[in-house]
Amino acid sequence: MDFAFFWEALLTLLPGVPKTLQLAFLSTGLGAIIALFLAMMRLSGIKPLDWFARAYLFVFRGSPLLVQIFLIYYGLSQFPEVRNSIFWPLLRDPFWCAIIALTLNTAAYGSEVIRGGLLSVPHGQVEAAKACGMSGFRLFRRIILPLAIRQGLPAYGTELILMVKATSLASIITIMEITGLAARLVSETYLVIEVFVVAGAIYLAINFILTRLVQGLEYRLTPHLRERPDAGIVMPTRETAGERA
Amino acid sequence: MSDLNPSTQKVAVSLTDLHKSFGSLEVLKGVNLEAREGEVVSILGASGSGKSTMLRCINMLEVPSSGLVTVGDEAITLKTDRKGKIKPADQRQVDRVRSRVGMVFQSFNLWSHKTILENVIEAPIHVQGRPKAECIEEAEDLLDKVGIADKRDFYPAHLSGGQQQRAAIARALAQHPDVMLFDEPTSALDPELVGEVLKVMRRLADEGRTMLVVTHEMGFARDVSNRVVFLHQGQIDAEGSPADLFNGKGSERFQKFIAG
Repeated sequence: MDFAFFWEALLTLLPGVPKTLQLAFLSTGLGAIIALFLAMMRLSGIKPLDWFARAYLFVFRGSPLLVQIFLIYYGLSQFPEVRNSIFWPLLRDPFWCAIIALTLNTAAYGSEVIRGGLLSVPHGQVEAAKACGMSGFRLFRRIILPLAIRQGLPAYGTELILMVKATSLASIITIMEITGLAARLVSETYLVIEVFVVAGAIYLAINFILTRLVQGLEYRLTPHLRERPDAGIVMPTRETAGERA
Repeated sequence: MSDLNPSTQKVAVSLTDLHKSFGSLEVLKGVNLEAREGEVVSILGASGSGKSTMLRCINMLEVPSSGLVTVGDEAITLKTDRKGKIKPADQRQVDRVRSRVGMVFQSFNLWSHKTILENVIEAPIHVQGRPKAECIEEAEDLLDKVGIADKRDFYPAHLSGGQQQRAAIARALAQHPDVMLFDEPTSALDPELVGEVLKVMRRLADEGRTMLVVTHEMGFARDVSNRVVFLHQGQIDAEGSPADLFNGKGSERFQKFIAG
């Protein structure tokens, strides 16, 4: 192994980090919005909406992400209708094809996380909100969604990490994110182990930071699940405080 | 017991020929009830007699199968949808009525992700659109009134059952309700915590609040309420002043019920 080369590999791969993060955050963010709609469709009780969401889930959760990327990037361009449509400027661009594939894929997984969160909202708390005159969107925004998010956050943190790793597949359609740059460096140097050890370490570092951020968010959102603030702490009374002074 | 003369007061809640079925099970079989302003009505009955269902029909947490519910001067209109299900014709009307009716649940149902203070100011700010500063000031007074002013920044999970229920009462009072509904407010509490909640309720009764209370607390029914209603199998079996009913004037069934 060529240890001096590690540093060089790191400097070559780091410029790919912004692209990796763009792919991960943009698709997870857009995917979460679609996921929310899918979850609501499944819980709507309206049969056609429920069926649509189930079919969507079946397709995007049941087939490999790589196949989905290929179908969108290589497949769609086969149709003249697509090439002549207003979507062509997006669909001819590998970056946006990757975003679309990643978004549609994570939306399927995310919708199940959100659905579980929504189902876990205690019925009594919803009823209390109704009893004081809340309904519709206000009830959803003020009570149901905040409770569902707190329930779903740990699982969604995992989904975010899975997405960071899934972005490496975008290298197959010419995107120069971390893995793309690594593959190119390998083809130039043939130092397979050094390059991919560095690439793996960069992913590890990214995910370490993300895990911490999600944990921090979870901590901030769930003070009600922790011990009560004064538990076990004996507050000084005026007398004892006086004694000490 | 207050000595108001109910017949001269305006009607706060009235139920007319109320029926409610769950599937083939008829829980309410034509109930008529009127509560006047300032009245405290205790609703007694064995479990399954329909007393909670009746109470929940007042603010449409249960939609009656037929009959009329009137709160204040507003009669809630019902309609039959395309599938033949009965539901309120106008959700805005239901929300309006609900914001004038405070409800206290058996299992408290405080919002677990909000502090006690946030629980109390939620409806005044976000349903009634009142200014935040005013709501906070009032909420602090209400929490003081129910004896948990020092718990304002705690989360519900950090309080005892009795404290949670008192917070729930403060939350309901913050709506400035015309009527307070209590659905077995002490049934989920440890025996030693029942007293602190009943004390708060007694105080509200003394202030002349209109209250409908589904309860198993015979002491409260006898000493605090103006009127007692006894439900049996979905119908009102006995009704009258506690003085009459608890001195042998009710139905035979009621006498058996209070004898245990």
